[in-house]
Amino acid sequence: MTAALSIRNLRKTYGNGFEALKGISLEVQQGDFFALLGPNGAGKSTTLGIVSSLVNKSSGDVEVFGHSLDTAHAQAKMCLGVVPQEFNFNQFEKVMDIVTTQAGYYGIPPRLARERAEYYLKKLGLWDKRNQVSRMLSGGMKRRLMIARALVHEPRVLILDEPTAGVDIELRRSMWAFLQEINRAGTTIILTTHYLEEAESLCRNIAIIDHGRIVKDTSVKALLQQLNTETFILDINPPQAALPALNGYQARLEDDHTLVVDVEKTQGLSRLFSELSSQRIEVQSMRNKANRLEELFVSLVDKNLTDEKNA
Amino acid sequence: MKPRELFIAFWTIVVKEIRRFMRIWPQTLLPPAITMTLYFIIFGNLIGSRIGEMGGFDYMEYIVPGLIMMSVITNSYGNVVSSFYGTKFQRHVEELLVSPIPNWVILSGYVVGGVARGVGVGLIVTLLSLFFTDLQVHHLFVTISIVLMTSILFSLGGFINAIYANSFDDISIVPTFVLTPLTYLGGVFYSIQLLPEFWQGVSMLNPILYMVNTFRYGILGVSDINIVFAFSMLLAVIAVLFSYSLYLLQKGKGIRS
Repeated sequence: MTAALSIRNLRKTYGNGFEALKGISLEVQQGDFFALLGPNGAGKSTTLGIVSSLVNKSSGDVEVFGHSLDTAHAQAKMCLGVVPQEFNFNQFEKVMDIVTTQAGYYGIPPRLARERAEYYLKKLGLWDKRNQVSRMLSGGMKRRLMIARALVHEPRVLILDEPTAGVDIELRRSMWAFLQEINRAGTTIILTTHYLEEAESLCRNIAIIDHGRIVKDTSVKALLQQLNTETFILDINPPQAALPALNGYQARLEDDHTLVVDVEKTQGLSRLFSELSSQRIEVQSMRNKANRLEELFVSLVDKNLTDEKNA
Repeated sequence: MKPRELFIAFWTIVVKEIRRFMRIWPQTLLPPAITMTLYFIIFGNLIGSRIGEMGGFDYMEYIVPGLIMMSVITNSYGNVVSSFYGTKFQRHVEELLVSPIPNWVILSGYVVGGVARGVGVGLIVTLLSLFFTDLQVHHLFVTISIVLMTSILFSLGGFINAIYANSFDDISIVPTFVLTPLTYLGGVFYSIQLLPEFWQGVSMLNPILYMVNTFRYGILGVSDINIVFAFSMLLAVIAVLFSYSLYLLQKGKGIRS
């Protein structure tokens, strides 16, 4: 099966000599929900910029559904929808005009463009605002407008550069639901994000980029399996003034009724509960720490930094 | 893209451009109407009646073609330079860059947008001039073709200026320090035969002189220059500017990192 996105040995050196990409290679399969993660300045936006034709590459190859950006750029671009990080629509145009104009750029006839604009604006809760000038929209609405605009030509791959940056929790959740819906319908989704929780809950595959190199390219599941320890937060009763003795477990008291315990894969939880029970400590509720991916991300990026220094 | 899709994309840009200058008509259509009416009243009526004839015509009749052409030049240039720079500044040029539209269609769309405003303002000024003089068209084909070619040429000039511009100051430098002086010295208000021989020679280096005089030939049937040479020069300059604009777009100058 042809990959939705194939990047081979991509390099980018900016005019000031800064080498943003040092030969990255990456494949995103059709129908995937893929996250590209990395710290600020790692090369995420440069990579997506080159794929979106907003940045000139120095060398390397990019193919979208088998269409080379060099030799079949129109076909490649037809397959792509792009939602950038910054608002980049005409602030003086009406919402409806922005979406139908973008459809026109893809050669979609006006009647079909209006039908599709209506569908996506309704889907994204912007239909009531269709005749409003775009600068009057709230930040969340502007972000949804960019998604509607990117989808109006019904691309096979949707690229989102930090789609939920600065968006409140409720809206973020509704955007996640919408993205999952279009992914289920067959659209391949590639996103960058700083919210690792977002990548963990949405994406099946993940690549971590740092200093212009891919330091990890795997499935979220496989990545999480690399975690040797998992951290659990336990609400305990009665309150404890001092840390209970838990043989073999790394633990700490957050406060007198919150116990944080690092559990290694080989240890399991049964013995932990037995030990607590023997000390007449009752576990009222338990949850695992949500930022598991964050821990891995930090360790991978730190390792890459150390490797670069040693090289 | 198929030919029909290319046409839809092209027409989308043209409609967007026309919608832009119509939306801000108090900034785009009204000022030239007021300015040119003042020119007609002050230079044509008040001062012109004391000047008498120029090139065998009443002074008002003589300056009307020049003033129409001046409006076409400044508005064609001004439309494209401000629109495309605004597109860059607000970053919605990215809407075009991510789409499959070929560069020549993008360029043609902006140029036709500039022509639409240039010719539109030219028509407004022509209609206003009818309040002050009888306008007979001596050669319709020459009149229409020189207006269109001039408008295309200055739209291309505006496009190149917008590509190189890094600030709003940069889009006003050329109109203020190059276009306006060349237009005033391009035979809008006088025949170059009034000048000493040396300055006549210098004036012949001014490309706007050829456009104004060819248009005046189309309207009045008189000209200071060779019409065939003027058309040939315009065609050549349009071809050069179009190719250079395409090269800049292809390179991504000022619009791609």
